[in-house]
Amino acid sequence: MYPSRFRYEAPSTIEEALELLHDGGGEAKVLAGGQSLIPLIKLRFASPELVVDINRLQGLSYHHADPDGSIHVGALCRHADLERSVLLASNQPTMAEAAPLIADPIVRTRGTLVGSLCHADPQGDWAAVVTALGGHVVAQGRDGQRTIPVSEFVSGPFQTVLGFDEIVVEAVIPAPKGTPAGGYLKLERRIGDFATAGAAVALELSGDVVLRAGIALTGVGGSTINASAASDALTGNALTSGAIAEAADLAAEAAKPKTDHRGSAEYKRHLVRTFVERILTRVTETEEKAA
Amino acid sequence: MTQALDEIKIGGMGASRRRVEDNRFIRGKGNYIDDVVLPGMLHMEILRSPVAHARIRSIDISKAYDIPGVRLVLTGEMMAARNLAWMPTLSYDTQAVLATDKVRFQGQEVACVIADDPYIAKDGCDAIVVDYEQLPVVVNPTQSMAPDAPLIRDDKTNQKDNVAFDWEVGDKDGTDSAFEKADLVSKMQLHYPRSHPSPLECCGSIADFNRSTSKLTVYMTSQAPHIVRAAVSMVAEIPEHMIRIISPDLGGGFGNKVPIYPGYVMSILASILTERPVKWIEDRTGNLISTGFGRDVYLEGELALRKDGKILGVRMNTTSDHGAFFADAQPSKFKIGLMHSAFACYDIPVAHLSARGVYTNKAPGGVAYRCSFRVTEAMFFQERMVQAAADDLGMDQAEFRRMNFVKDDDFPHRTPYGFLTDSGQYAKCLDVGLEAIGYDQFLIDQKEARKEGRLLGIGISAMTEPLGAGNSREYDILGIKMFDSAELRVHMSGKAILRTGAMNQGQGHLTTWAQIVAHELGMPADDITVEEGDTDTAPFGMGTYASRSTPVAGAAVAMVSRKIKAKARKLAAHLLEVSEEDVEWELGRFYVRSSPDRGATIQECAMAAYSNMPDGLEPGLEANAYYDPPNLTWPFGCYISTVEVDPATGVWDVLRVVAVDDCGVRINPMIVEGQIMGGLTEAYAMASMQFITFDAEGNCVGSNFMDYLIPSAWETPGYELHEVVTPCPHHPIGAKGIGECATVGGPAAFVNAVMDALKGTGVRNIDMPMLPDRVFEALTEKHDVSGAPPVRTDG
Amino acid sequence: MTSLNEEIGAAPAEGVPVRRVSINVNGEKRTADVEPRLLLAHLLRQGLKLTGTHTGCDTTNCGACTVLFDGQPVKSCTMLAAQADGHDVTTVEGMATASELHPIQEGFKEEHGLQCGFCTPGMMLAAKALLDENPDPTEDEVRWALSGNLCRCTGYQNIVKSVMWAAKKMQAETPADGN
Repeated sequence: MYPSRFRYEAPSTIEEALELLHDGGGEAKVLAGGQSLIPLIKLRFASPELVVDINRLQGLSYHHADPDGSIHVGALCRHADLERSVLLASNQPTMAEAAPLIADPIVRTRGTLVGSLCHADPQGDWAAVVTALGGHVVAQGRDGQRTIPVSEFVSGPFQTVLGFDEIVVEAVIPAPKGTPAGGYLKLERRIGDFATAGAAVALELSGDVVLRAGIALTGVGGSTINASAASDALTGNALTSGAIAEAADLAAEAAKPKTDHRGSAEYKRHLVRTFVERILTRVTETEEKAA
Repeated sequence: MTQALDEIKIGGMGASRRRVEDNRFIRGKGNYIDDVVLPGMLHMEILRSPVAHARIRSIDISKAYDIPGVRLVLTGEMMAARNLAWMPTLSYDTQAVLATDKVRFQGQEVACVIADDPYIAKDGCDAIVVDYEQLPVVVNPTQSMAPDAPLIRDDKTNQKDNVAFDWEVGDKDGTDSAFEKADLVSKMQLHYPRSHPSPLECCGSIADFNRSTSKLTVYMTSQAPHIVRAAVSMVAEIPEHMIRIISPDLGGGFGNKVPIYPGYVMSILASILTERPVKWIEDRTGNLISTGFGRDVYLEGELALRKDGKILGVRMNTTSDHGAFFADAQPSKFKIGLMHSAFACYDIPVAHLSARGVYTNKAPGGVAYRCSFRVTEAMFFQERMVQAAADDLGMDQAEFRRMNFVKDDDFPHRTPYGFLTDSGQYAKCLDVGLEAIGYDQFLIDQKEARKEGRLLGIGISAMTEPLGAGNSREYDILGIKMFDSAELRVHMSGKAILRTGAMNQGQGHLTTWAQIVAHELGMPADDITVEEGDTDTAPFGMGTYASRSTPVAGAAVAMVSRKIKAKARKLAAHLLEVSEEDVEWELGRFYVRSSPDRGATIQECAMAAYSNMPDGLEPGLEANAYYDPPNLTWPFGCYISTVEVDPATGVWDVLRVVAVDDCGVRINPMIVEGQIMGGLTEAYAMASMQFITFDAEGNCVGSNFMDYLIPSAWETPGYELHEVVTPCPHHPIGAKGIGECATVGGPAAFVNAVMDALKGTGVRNIDMPMLPDRVFEALTEKHDVSGAPPVRTDG
Repeated sequence: MTSLNEEIGAAPAEGVPVRRVSINVNGEKRTADVEPRLLLAHLLRQGLKLTGTHTGCDTTNCGACTVLFDGQPVKSCTMLAAQADGHDVTTVEGMATASELHPIQEGFKEEHGLQCGFCTPGMMLAAKALLDENPDPTEDEVRWALSGNLCRCTGYQNIVKSVMWAAKKMQAETPADGN
């Protein structure tokens, strides 16, 4: 309940923030939403020497679509902004379905998508969503920016490849080639619980053909699982019930769940299969309705 | 010409009087323990054991003292030097205050740091180094009773194993005989998992020993301040009149705030040693991992059945897991509480219960969480056994219950284990419930849904339960009888102050007790201030838990009001210049029978008590009353729930919940309904998601709100409430109590509904909580699913 | 004149970083010297003596500490006091005016939306944030908006009724033409 001591700075420019992180030598932590960092600090599972609060940096609260259709989410865009987003509701079903399922409504007013990616909790929902969408993060250091695909960003539980003196300034969902379809389903025992298992499915359709597919899984491995065999099987094909069943099976095979108090490994694998199947089936039903 | 006041208008019985407590709570002006600030106050944090069973090789506190602001560090050794390392429990056992030789459960208190603020106190705890030598761990009764099990209570001479007690009640021979004659024996085995009251406010105390006056004042989250005063007096060897226990506003209790916790004792010693007030507020982890949990009982139950459905006898064998110390708060004669109240609503001639309690490497407790002294377990076991028996016989769930209920005209009735119930309309409750839920139509809908592969289920739970412990012949806690009290002082203006020995934690006593006085005396409830919780001013009482306050303290309130009324009658006769026999009463006023326009209001009588007394009558208008209840009260209810189970995931949703409650006369219907809905929510919580378990190393799973799952407004279903009213024949205002009924009767309604949805799979039981993975396992593997610890994990 | 009525706390030990923050609390500017690690909930409760905000857990689940931060509901136990520098914070003590309760407060009393009262301040502020954005919510929308605030006593049904009562009253009081 009571953090150990640390120093605190609240820079107003990104340059200042990067200097502070650099000088911190790896003992500093970035504070954005704080809804993951501060609980860790309170339980003393993390004891940084310096907390760099980036909430005063201007111009990072946005989320918008570029003319090419790519979606950009700034570092200080809150989960609640995404939950309310008209853009996502009409253009990005995978993200739109995930946003209301993050934590609880109060946490969502502060927590950020980018922060969630950087925190790299294996049970974090956004990592699966952005992985399925083939997204990347833009990391800024003192020497400039670099792009890191989300599928390469996480290196282990709560670990990313981000340098200690870099800050992720935005997450980007690439412009879709086809019509976005898909969704995010997760089993949580109650609101705010971490996922027993979750599946993000992101498709780009042209007619009934899948131009691109991405399937990523939450809570069934040491980090987000990119079920690439499953998404590869869908790509270039029509979304038949046979294709759906195959993809669901492949996704379940890709999962590496552990038996614990949330359920057996077999159960979690079964949930993955069920969720992928349900999302894909729902896509075909929506397509039929639209037709 | 009647001038009787309108009882509802003055906030008497039956009025849904809005609560006086609300005025401060909605403004954020409650006075909870952590809001209390005393000058010079220090703060205490506790260092807890990370391991479940270990010898303490050494404790090094030196670095804690290096931290500026750390004032005092206490260890078990220092407590032992003052004979305070161990303290008696309410069950005639002893409990460690601070560990000396060993730690016996994860989270056990090992040291405490007193500092200028809680942040520094926590820094101090982190600086303490403890060397543990780990020992084998026991997390369930099977392990506990194994021949090679480690001895947990090696502190007790003559303790050779991990058995805390063996107890039995009932007629063994008669029951055996009934089973021999049975056409069918229905068996049920299950585990009622460990749960925790987890009120939203954690426990805490502020101990303030005043060296100049030698008086010890302790602000404490206590549901029973007078019991605490007695116990502190004994343990700390401070005379009772030099101790003041003050329970401020309590943010919920549910039995969690009955026991005396090590933290309280540490804060008292710390205050004596530092000569400053010491505040200890536990954190949620401390609350869940170490304070009084509820339940954790295993059942092997059998019903002897005649083929037409008549229950001939009951056998129950319970094993209760008490953790490392036997610290149950319950009437002392009953080792397993009122477990033997099971089957009270059914007409069964004979029964036997054998009960064993064991020690394990877990926090102490067992009697808590709105349990009415283990009646939650009794009635859950009862209705699960009844459900299985009806299924085994191929009988309808409602009809099986109805044919076995005690009939309305069959009272007083001796229950199978020997209680005496005085009244009931069990079949009527069932009828109201069945009608409300649309039982017949549901069974039709259920059948249709099955054809589409949809699994609907309906669950019934019926019970009558013993409240209002209890009469002095049979009930005591450590020898102190379980009466309760009320003191009423009427001021000359006719306004009054009422104090009782109860201690509310959200039940609304400050509102409802005034309603009883308004009912008896015709004084507007708004004219009566009610206070509870300060042992310096409140009359002695045994506190509020086990739904005992309306039955006992509420009765005392009625009785003290009647004493006041009797004296007021004399004053009225004097004012009206007639003899007492000529005086009549209507609400608020005495009047002359032969001349009704001539009267004296209760307020006029009050003024007369100070200014115009008749010869020979003491001035003033005050009285107190101590009420020793003649018997328990027996509210009853029927809870019915409908659910749908998703066979693909095991997730189940509640469709409807109908609750029919008979708690006798309702003082404040709004508050009664609030209690029922709160209880139903706890029932739903336990049935669906909420429990504490342990892994094989004794690590507690459920020591924070990420793992101990409490439903939010989103998961919690809506409730349809109905009432039946059978006044309690022996209670002065006919009330019975209601606080725990829905928690007692509710869980089986949910479990029975899910099991009904799974009918045909051959699964007999899924232990609560019926988490999706357990339901899925039952559906697909078609076997019973146990939830007993240790939690299954990979490798 | 300062340092007369205010309690002089012990000076922080050497090397302990302290910063001055200025927070607009319930419409009044409040200034405090805080350690970075001080949680906003503790500044409100102990520093500013606004004890209506409560703490009920260690893991950011229960919501008893909910306050409004620039009008948005946040869990004040999961925010550093230093973060609130220059921002607006509304606690339960800021809901009523000098003469009137907020309709939400009235609704909670009218519909028995509280028993022990411990979750109530956070619950009411979360409800206020909902009604400020959605003046006419459905029951489901109320339950969803309050799903970050736990209650052990009421079973939520009367809490929902309290919020619906307040919504109705607030809509009746809103002039139709928005003047």
